Amino acid sequence: MSESAPVIREISGGAIAVRGNDIDTDRIIPARYMKELTFDRLGQYSFYDQRFDSSGNALDHPLNDSRFEGAGILLVNKNFGCGSSREHAPQALMRWGIRAIIGESFAEIFAGNCTALGVPTLTVGHGEIEELMRLVEAEPQTELRIDLESRQVQAGGSKISVSLSASQAQVFLSGTWDTTTSLLEGLEEIQAAAARLPYVKDFPYDRPRG
Amino acid sequence: MGKNLLKKVWELHKVRTLPSGQDQLYIGLHLIHEVTSPQAFAMLAERGLKVLHPERTYATVDHIVPTDDQSRPFKDELAEQMIQALERNTAEHGIPFFGLDSGLQGIVHIIGPELGLSQPGMTIACGDSHTSTHGALGAIALGIGTSQVRDVLATQTLAFNPLKVRRIEVKGALRSGVYSKDIILKVIAELGVKGGLGHAYEYGGPAIEALPMEARLTICNMSIEGGARVGYINPDQTTFDYLKDRRFVPKGEEFERAVKFWKRIASDPDAEYDDSFELDADNLQPMVAWGINPGQAVGVLEKLPVLNALKAEDREVAEIAYSHTRFHPGQPIKGQKIDVAFIGSCTNGRISDLREAARLVQGHKAAAHVKALVVPGSQAVAEQAESEGLHEIFRRAGFQWRQAGCSMCLGMNPDVLQGDQICASSSNRNFIGRQGSPKGRTLLMSPAMVSAAALAGEVADVREIAQGGRK
Repeated sequence: MSESAPVIREISGGAIAVRGNDIDTDRIIPARYMKELTFDRLGQYSFYDQRFDSSGNALDHPLNDSRFEGAGILLVNKNFGCGSSREHAPQALMRWGIRAIIGESFAEIFAGNCTALGVPTLTVGHGEIEELMRLVEAEPQTELRIDLESRQVQAGGSKISVSLSASQAQVFLSGTWDTTTSLLEGLEEIQAAAARLPYVKDFPYDRPRG
Repeated sequence: MGKNLLKKVWELHKVRTLPSGQDQLYIGLHLIHEVTSPQAFAMLAERGLKVLHPERTYATVDHIVPTDDQSRPFKDELAEQMIQALERNTAEHGIPFFGLDSGLQGIVHIIGPELGLSQPGMTIACGDSHTSTHGALGAIALGIGTSQVRDVLATQTLAFNPLKVRRIEVKGALRSGVYSKDIILKVIAELGVKGGLGHAYEYGGPAIEALPMEARLTICNMSIEGGARVGYINPDQTTFDYLKDRRFVPKGEEFERAVKFWKRIASDPDAEYDDSFELDADNLQPMVAWGINPGQAVGVLEKLPVLNALKAEDREVAEIAYSHTRFHPGQPIKGQKIDVAFIGSCTNGRISDLREAARLVQGHKAAAHVKALVVPGSQAVAEQAESEGLHEIFRRAGFQWRQAGCSMCLGMNPDVLQGDQICASSSNRNFIGRQGSPKGRTLLMSPAMVSAAALAGEVADVREIAQGGRK
């Protein structure tokens, strides 16, 4: 199969922790900032209502903390990205500068959206994420190095094993995470699958005339 | 052992196994709306791709439409731009579009079933997490992101990892004043908002089988709030009767053929499941989700949880919830004053919801301090309600009667909470800021409970104001 996107093998950079379970995509990007025809401007709205009060004053939030400026790896807890399927959420984080997310668990639609953008979602246990978060909070300049092939994160002096779904590992390491190309390669099989569906061949939609 | 519906539908739609190990699935019905589709059309244009099967995609406009003054151009310039982009994209690609002047516009998850587009045994996808709704008809319906909308437009397929299936067996029967909304809120409260990760929920048992179709749609709608990407109910006579004669449903002999297939696609009596969960409808009381996620819900006669009674990880989220809501651990939820009452949304904006709400408010008046609004889920629902005079009942009771759209469920149109208002809402999410105000507070409940709260001006037990009625 042809490579359709860059191979992603390693991601290095500073990290930033956003603590809390069940952080939903409305919190990652409030709906009022989705009235946009493109994703281009979304980065600035990441966690907007957590970062600013109603008068626009900055609140205490890791994304407002200059020590974490330029961080490319986001550390989170359980069920991150639950709720709305809005791809605006990972798009905003990516445009903020996030290139990989390590957490205890992710909502499925969110993780799928991240994969489509080339942002790996890696999982670790509670103890490991706590260790990583503490490390980064104490020493914001710590560089993390994620190796997707060996499924390991190097942070400071320690090495931590992370999990990555088999399908994510395959598409990132082979440069095929841009799904449209791989899906279209099955065009003949797509048409064959459609042709055998009872609701396509035996009882199609009754399409009103006019 | 037999097969469950998910497995049968999956096998039927499987195109091939991808090198990633994922399955490529054919999507029988693709629904699009104005918020998550313009970027997908732009991506297609960038790559010079066309829409592979424009006849299998249907479009409507719901999230950004104003529900009071719908004259064009919309006062909100950004909203106007979004509807224009959808009009342009659907015209250019030959995709049927149910616009504001069609008489068929509405919330995408209301009109799919209403028009008979959503049928048993189909795979359905839409760039909206509440696509799980359509599973009530026995479909496998998946919420997707915008890159996946692009994929469906370009290939009519998607890549998925297989799902496990959890059977949720609801025994007994709902008592008067208790509704399908209360079943699903209870399920999520019990299994948690991440309990369904990696799973499809199959709802069944006597209490589910007894539900009319619209009440079933409410249950499947909120599957995603329990972390389950898909929720479904096996098709049965209720399903077939609901679909018969709907606009896009095959007629005559073809309908008979369809019913045969729909019966076949249901889970076998000896179907295998990955796990199961049981709930008793007999003892269920009206539920209220009080916190910052739909799993933080209690019975109307219960008290809000005290922190040290919770597991460590639930306690953390509860602490954030208490700090946001400024409710007190141990306080009763009944009697909590409200400012706004909202009846509508893809969860509870159907005609049976409005009939029940109208029955309860008829001859009464909303409390003076409450702003109450009813937003029908579709133009067809609005038309039906008006032909029955429900709009007049609501107006006389002090409710505003609006036009179809998503409205105050997510605050993308002018219908938003102000400041830290508390809203009794028939919608699906009480996330922080969900209803358009960062400090706003949302109490999720059935539309009947919203009616009761609107009249009392505070959270009330609907069972005290009325007997009888629907499920």
